[in-house]
Amino acid sequence: MFIVKYITAFGKYLDLMGRTFSVPERMRMFLKQYVKEMEQLGVDSIGIVLLISFFIGAVICIQIKLNIQSPWMPAFTTGYTTREIMVLEFSSSIMCLILAGKVGSNIASEIGTMRVTQQIDALEIMGVNSASFLILPKILGLMTMIPFLVIFSIAAGFIGAYATAYAGILTPDDLTVGLLHSFVPWFVWMSIIKSICFAFIIASVSSYYGYNVQGGSFDVGKASTNAVVSSSMLILFADIFLTQLLS
Amino acid sequence: MIEIKHLYKSFEDKDVLKDINATFEDGKTNLIIGQSGSGKTVLMKNIVGLFEPTKGEILYDGRDFVRMSKRERVMLRREMGMIFQSAALFDSMTVLENVMFPLDMFSDMNEADRIRRAEFCLDRVNLQGAGQKMPGEISGGMQKRVAIARAIALNPKYLFCDEPNSGLDPKTSLVIDELIHSITHEYQMTTIMNTHDMNSVMGIGENIIYIHEGTLGWTGTKDEIMTSTNEKLNSFIFASDLFKKIKEANTEPHG
Repeated sequence: MFIVKYITAFGKYLDLMGRTFSVPERMRMFLKQYVKEMEQLGVDSIGIVLLISFFIGAVICIQIKLNIQSPWMPAFTTGYTTREIMVLEFSSSIMCLILAGKVGSNIASEIGTMRVTQQIDALEIMGVNSASFLILPKILGLMTMIPFLVIFSIAAGFIGAYATAYAGILTPDDLTVGLLHSFVPWFVWMSIIKSICFAFIIASVSSYYGYNVQGGSFDVGKASTNAVVSSSMLILFADIFLTQLLS
Repeated sequence: MIEIKHLYKSFEDKDVLKDINATFEDGKTNLIIGQSGSGKTVLMKNIVGLFEPTKGEILYDGRDFVRMSKRERVMLRREMGMIFQSAALFDSMTVLENVMFPLDMFSDMNEADRIRRAEFCLDRVNLQGAGQKMPGEISGGMQKRVAIARAIALNPKYLFCDEPNSGLDPKTSLVIDELIHSITHEYQMTTIMNTHDMNSVMGIGENIIYIHEGTLGWTGTKDEIMTSTNEKLNSFIFASDLFKKIKEANTEPHG
C-alpha cells in the first residue's frame, strides 16, 4: 500500500511535469511571469542568503580556529577549511535546504490557495494550460537565480570569515592565504550545478504539492509543510548522488 | 445552444448524475436548480469539462465536447466565460489586469486596445474607476461584477455562472442577476446559471432545470413553476413561508 501510494504520487508528478514543460501559449505573458518569479523567488531571497551565509562563514572560521588549528598545523588551515565548507556544501546544499523552507512553502501555499479559491479552475475554463502558466516560470525563474545566490552566499561567507579575522580571531593575511590555497575552480562550478538541480527539486516538488491541494486552508498549510519536508529529503538524497557524480 | 444527452457521472461506486437530458437555449438565462448535494455543481463541472462524464454526450452547437481532442477543447474553451461562486479573481493582479487577462492570453489586439476593451467591460458592469484596485480591496458584490467583466471580455458564446449570488445580500444579488440577464440578451449568449436562490429563479429563470438526487426532476419556465404539480419541485421551491404565500396568492381564484 505504502509503495503503491508513492508510485502513484510519482506518476502524478511526472504527468504534471509533462503538462508544465510545454511551449507557452503567449511568450509575452510567459516572460512577464518569468521576470516576476525571478524577483519573487530569487531577488527577494538575497537578504536571507547574505545574512545566514555571513554568520555561518564567521562561525565556521571561529570553530575551525578554536577546535582544529594547532601549532602543528599550517596557519592557513582555518581559511582553507572555511573555503572548502562554504564552496562545497554550505552555499549549495545547505543554502538550498534553507531555500526549500522559504521558497518551497511560498510556492506551495501560493498555488494551493489558487487551487482552493478556484483560480486554477478559472484558468482551465479559459483554455489556459494552468500547469505551464503557473509552474514553468517558477521552475525556470528559480533555476536562473540560484547560481547568483550561490555566488552571493560564498562571498558573504568569506566576508563573515574576514569579520572574525579583523575581530582578532586570526590574522587576515593567514585567512587570505588559506582561502587561496589549492583553489580548484571546478568546485565552484560543481556547487552551481548542484544548486541548479536543487532549484528544480524545490520549485517542481513544491508546485506539485500546491497544485494537488484538495479542501481548504488547513490543506494548504499541510501541502506547504509536505512540500518543504519532501523537497528537503530529495535535496539530501540528490546531494549524495550529485557529489559522487561530479567529484 | 448546449444539449446534454443521457449524461451519467459516477465517483467510484456513487452515481451522482443519472441519465440527464437537457437543452440550454441561446439568448436565454438557463438555470440549474436543486438542493445542496443534488448534483447541480457536478453537472455544471461536467458541462465545462472540469469533470469527465462517465457516459453521455455534451453538444455545443452540435460539437461533441466529450469526444473532442484536447486541442479542440482548448479552442472551444476560448468561447466560454465563467463566473465562479468565489469570483476566482487572480489576487496578485489588479481589477483591470484581471479583466485584461483573457485578452492578453488570446487576443491579437495591441495593448491600448486591450486596455480600452477591459475598461469598456468594467463600464458595462458599472465599475468605472475601480481598475487599479486589488481584488482584496473591493466588496464581494464588486468582485462578482469584475468576474462578469472578465467573463465577457472575449465576447463568449457560452456563459456559465456557478452560484454567483452566494454570500451576497438580496439587493446586490438582484443587481448581479439583472446584469447576467441583460448581458445574456445583449450578446445572445447561452447562459447556464447554477443556483438555489429562489429570487433568481423567479426573477430571471427563462428555462429552468430541476435536479433531484442526480436525476432530472423537472424542466420549465419561472411562470410554469407556479402551476407545477411536481411534488418534489414544490417541496423544494415552496419550502419557505414567503414562497408558500406567493403560490397561494397566485393559485387562488380571482373574484
